[in-house]
Amino acid sequence: MYDGGKIITGLLVFLILVTVPVWFNAATHAQARAPQLKLPEGATACVEPTAEMRATHMELLNRWRNAAVRSDERFFTMPDGKVYEKSLSLTCLKCHDNKEEFCDRCHNYLAVSPYCWDCHVEPKGGRS
Amino acid sequence: MRALTALLVVAVLLGVVWLGAGVAGWHAFFGVAVPYAAVLIFLIGIVWRVVTWARSPVPFRIPTTCGQQRSLDWIPSSTLENPHDGWGVTRRMALEVLLFRSLFRNTRTELTPTKRLVYESDRYLWVAALAFHWSFLVIFLRHLRFFLQPVPQLVTFLESVDGFFQLAVPTLFLSDVLILAALLYLLGRRLLNRQLRYISLPADYFALFLLLAVAITGVLMRYVTKVDLVAAKELAMGLVTFSPKVPTVIGTPFYIHIFFVSVLFAYFPFSKLTHMAGIFLSPTRNLANNNRKRRHVNPWNPEVEVHTYAQWEEDFHDKLVAAGIPLDKE
Repeated sequence: MYDGGKIITGLLVFLILVTVPVWFNAATHAQARAPQLKLPEGATACVEPTAEMRATHMELLNRWRNAAVRSDERFFTMPDGKVYEKSLSLTCLKCHDNKEEFCDRCHNYLAVSPYCWDCHVEPKGGRS
Repeated sequence: MRALTALLVVAVLLGVVWLGAGVAGWHAFFGVAVPYAAVLIFLIGIVWRVVTWARSPVPFRIPTTCGQQRSLDWIPSSTLENPHDGWGVTRRMALEVLLFRSLFRNTRTELTPTKRLVYESDRYLWVAALAFHWSFLVIFLRHLRFFLQPVPQLVTFLESVDGFFQLAVPTLFLSDVLILAALLYLLGRRLLNRQLRYISLPADYFALFLLLAVAITGVLMRYVTKVDLVAAKELAMGLVTFSPKVPTVIGTPFYIHIFFVSVLFAYFPFSKLTHMAGIFLSPTRNLANNNRKRRHVNPWNPEVEVHTYAQWEEDFHDKLVAAGIPLDKE
């Protein structure tokens, strides 16, 4: 083998880089299981079904923000006739009153940093 | 036709995973067994490839250069084009690996309407190749957020740079746009250019279609069909911590995506894609041009029996003395 030392070093570096997830998680004792959310007590249903909210809540919030801020359409009527105000602070956070145990759990797990709190006042101490 | 063959293979793969994971519901097979097998094939395949290359003899240095060779001190040599030591080679390799310097010299040959043969530089391929490879790297690194816990700052930083313009929700990643544009260009180039179409093989198209399939399913999942990201990360984390658990809520698009990625991994070492490892072992790029400075012995030279002058003189010592011929020895 020509330049065996260099080639084997290169291969080892490659293998170490490719296996980053394995040893990184071993070093940090990472939990493989998904975080558990603290669901609001008292409320049984959100504005859309759970699966839908999980997948598309960011789009709904974006739509609501644009509607409220740009078109002044501030109210949202559910199919069953219930009316909600399109407001993060007044509607969403009323039920989901614990940001740390609801929003942050998944967002931290997936390293998502939504820019809600660039404008809205971030609920302090978990309670809004 | 050859493009259609490749497209058909990708379509069959799509059918397999759609039937397997979507209809039959073999989630553990497509979510755990296939990715593990693919990564194993990838790692062993790459190591096997590199070891095979490394065992090839290197009888001398191949000086494919376009610069002045190092000779006398007062003649300036081109250390980048024609490196004579390790440092020069390192710089040439770095430019090759990071910026595809050889491809920058790509030329195009054309017959003008007046039947004149012209050569001109063609840098579109270089631009598209750079856009594709760098976007792919960024996308690959961004995906580490599904495989690492906690997610390192580097990954989140990369993500914020990639989504710098904060267009749309979820944020549009520039690398997603770039990789699709670049792949479509690379495919269109093969399909539309007659000479290229003539020399393109099904394997050339297959790599492009497979990469397009990976990119398109990923983009669709992020922006259109949506996927339960928490479940996706749970599966990914289970895989890399060797405690796989198959969540029930991930949809078929997710399995299609990871199946295409698994096929890409398994196919990698046995195809042209293995240039990822091969570029580091390209003899025309990674060897210093020191043929004149150092002696390189051809490894397959047979052992030659030599009879030196000293031995000859020894054999005929007495006769040489008798004839009065001067001896070297004395």
